[in-house]
Amino acid sequence: MITGTVGLLKFPDFYTRLHATGKCDTLGQILIIFGCMIYEGFTFITIKLFMVSAFYLLAGPAATHALMKAAYVTGLPVWKKGDKRA
Amino acid sequence: MIIPFLAVGITIAVTILICSYRAIYGPGTFNRIIAANVIGTKAIVLLIMVGYIIERPQFIDIALMYAVIAFIGTIIIAKYAERGELCSR
Amino acid sequence: MNMDEVKKDHRAFSILLTFCIMFVFWLLLSAWTVYLPEPYDLSKVARGVISALIVTFLTYEIFIPSRGEKVLLKLGRFIPYLAWELWQIYLATIDVAKRVFGILEVDPRIIEFDTTLRSDFALVTFANSITLTPGTVTIDVDPARGRYTVHAIAKAPADSLTVDQTMQKKVGHVFMEE
Repeated sequence: MITGTVGLLKFPDFYTRLHATGKCDTLGQILIIFGCMIYEGFTFITIKLFMVSAFYLLAGPAATHALMKAAYVTGLPVWKKGDKRA
Repeated sequence: MIIPFLAVGITIAVTILICSYRAIYGPGTFNRIIAANVIGTKAIVLLIMVGYIIERPQFIDIALMYAVIAFIGTIIIAKYAERGELCSR
Repeated sequence: MNMDEVKKDHRAFSILLTFCIMFVFWLLLSAWTVYLPEPYDLSKVARGVISALIVTFLTYEIFIPSRGEKVLLKLGRFIPYLAWELWQIYLATIDVAKRVFGILEVDPRIIEFDTTLRSDFALVTFANSITLTPGTVTIDVDPARGRYTVHAIAKAPADSLTVDQTMQKKVGHVFMEE
């Protein structure tokens, strides 16, 4: 999670920032909630936590893809190596 | 027994503060949409941590509802930014 | 006449299956308030049945897909693919960490390529997998020709998608090259 946010500050372009946050946030959330599941044992709360993490595993990349398609179709310029930072 | 949850909660709160820099400063609309999505994601985990610290397990239901609503909100804003209108009729 | 009967049969079956799944979900989510304080309170179970009925009648048409061929075989091959997918997510995070701290380089480009997948479910699964693999994010999908527009973050992940074609072979193997 921390790596994703540092990437959000440091990357030079919109598309690369979407790479960083989309992937790191999904895995970070799944790992944290999986740790909470192991802490609980085998009650009903484990099933609820599993549902939250499974939903975000499916929904996170879908939101990333929706944002990227919206930006590409509207015509946001792509950063090649050696341009100015935007 | 609440010290690990407290540490994770404070770390995630600091991360949300760092991410709001991109929400204020990011040039253009799309960078701010990314920041809003990231803050929503962090808020889900923060809700679960607060549920553990106060020892009320009902917060997990609130986290599930907020996850669904934040996802739908992001997709609607992306669709509006792509087409300029929401419903073509 | 024959088509109407088949459709009515399929509709009844899908209403029943959707209601069962919704009721099981409701039980899993709120059973610990139903069973633990006082066991088998009938009014709470009745509330669950009514909620499951409302949701079923709103969404039964799109919940159960129409029967493709050999659904069980595809499901059986899907689970090892899911395990491979989780391993790729872990690799993707390590990759982003390396690029953030400057160990590997950042040199983005946009590439396009064609595949042989045509059905809805296969296209969606492949697009999700591209987003979860280290270094690539899907931008656009053209379902008529199977053409994917992908934004890659460096040369190495772009090559692993167009030249090696490991992921196309895996998804084609799961859905039997549709």
